[in-house]
This record gives sequence, structure tokens and C-alpha cells, in this order.
Amino acid sequence: MRLAILDSGHRFGTKALFALIRTVSRRPVLDVIKLVKYRADFYGGPMQGVTHEAMRGPSAWSVGDRELMAAFVAKTNECEWCTKAHAAVAEGAYRDGKRVSEALSDLGTPAIEEPLRATLRMLYKLTREHSVDADDMRAVLAAGVSRQQIEDALAVCFSLNVIGRLADAFGFVVPGPRAFEAGAKYLLARGYR
Amino acid sequence: MSNIRQARKAVVARILEGDGRASHAQRGAAFNNTGLAEPLRTLVGKVAMHAFNVTDQDIAAARASGLTEDQIFEIVVCAAIGQAKRQYDTALEALEAATGRSEHAPRDPR
Repeated sequence: MRLAILDSGHRFGTKALFALIRTVSRRPVLDVIKLVKYRADFYGGPMQGVTHEAMRGPSAWSVGDRELMAAFVAKTNECEWCTKAHAAVAEGAYRDGKRVSEALSDLGTPAIEEPLRATLRMLYKLTREHSVDADDMRAVLAAGVSRQQIEDALAVCFSLNVIGRLADAFGFVVPGPRAFEAGAKYLLARGYR
Repeated sequence: MSNIRQARKAVVARILEGDGRASHAQRGAAFNNTGLAEPLRTLVGKVAMHAFNVTDQDIAAARASGLTEDQIFEIVVCAAIGQAKRQYDTALEALEAATGRSEHAPRDPR
């Protein structure tokens, strides 16, 4: 990572926690964990509450749908770390890797339903162009997506637009697929808090 | 997701108004992506608009300008959250325009 404090500037108790994670998981601590645990009162603590609510709070979207949206927003932002991380969680949530890989490579795929596709199209434009208009929203509503579902999707997009920027700016090291699989199991069991 | 608006507001209030190593003015300028001098103008601009283009040199330049790593950490966090919030607010306004009604409490004007 580009800031040494994010690698090794944590308090003693946090360093002890990392040592425990390394011992139990037999893997390095993921950079996202190092980020959210660094001066957690400034960013990690408050932001984890927002992200947990967006990704695991009550919503008409399934956890798999929201994780797919997260991976999709990350891919649109060209953030390799977050794309791989959330694709792994979506695959676990859906128990269907093909659905995730097809949706991420081609939004026209029959593997996803029209409401989800219309929502992803809107998130693409918002993420890519930083803006959407009322017509974009009408198209999503016309696909059978409720107003609340759109808000829920925007909440996912917000969280990913934050963490993706931080992952790229701070230079998160992209680990191998097994590390993301392990991370995905944790996130499916425990969420983001 | 009834609590999420409150939680999001708390995040913004924390990073902009709470204690920090960077000044409130620096954090606010990074959040808004306005009024910054080089090298922060480039770094914050990249974080906001195309973060995948941030380089080691961008961070090194910020450090060389006299900022501590903690200050850079805070400034980058503010830049990321500021842009994400602007996008979110724009989308919510579009949604309100499309549905012709507002179900929201007045939003934080920031």
C-alpha cells in the first residue's frame, strides 16, 4: 500500500488482532481490513455501518443481487480489487458463478432478469458519467423496479464508489482467488460490521 | 434501509467536522474537489474522477509537499466520500423528478 501507516501504523491491539487473523487463516490480512481498522473512528467505523446496511440490511434485492451490483460498480470504476472481491461474494450468495461472470461480461445476458439489468444499466451510467437524469430513472421504474429498490441500489453504489476509490488511491495489493474466496465466506457469514 | 441516511450523514459529519490531522478547510476542499493547490489538486481530482489513475508519484508528491501520511489518508477519504455523495445526491434528485414526489426529509445541503 502507498501509505505505510495503513500497512503498519495500527495500534497495538489491532496489530495483535492481525497476528491472530494471520495465524488462524494462514493468509495475509486483506488490505481492506487494514484500511477499515486504521484510526477506525475516522473512517472505518462509521463507514462500515453504512456499507453493512446497504449490503445486508432489509431490501427487496437479494444479497447476491447487491453483491453483483457491487462487483459491477467496481468493474465500471476499473477497480480490480473490489471487482474480484465482490464477484466472489456474489458467486457464494447465488451459488452460481456463471450468472455472475456472464452479467459482468455482458449486461445483455439472459442469465439476469430485466429489473436487475435495468438497474445495472442505470448504475453504469451513474458511475461512468457521474450523473443520471429522470429519464434514466423512468427506464428503471418501467422495468418493474420499485422506487425503494432504486434507492437501495444507489446505497450499494455509494459504498462501492467510496471503497473502490480508496482501494485504487491507496494501492491495495490484489491477492489470489483463494484469499477472495475466504473473504467472501466471511462476508456472507458476518456482513460488513 | 431506514437508518442508512442517518448513518451516511454521520460519516460525512465525522470526516468534515470531527477531529483530524488535516485542517477542516483541507478536508472540506478535498470533499468538494475545489480550491486546492498542487499537488493535492491532481491527487484529489484523480480520486474523485478516475481513481485507478492514482500513482505512487501522486502520493509521493503530496508527502513531499509537507503533508503527513495521516493528513493524506484523511484528504483521500474525504475526496472519495465527497464524489460518491455527489453522485448519490444527483441520482436521488433524478429519482424524485421521475416519480414526481419527495419522500425524503430535507437533505443535508452540503
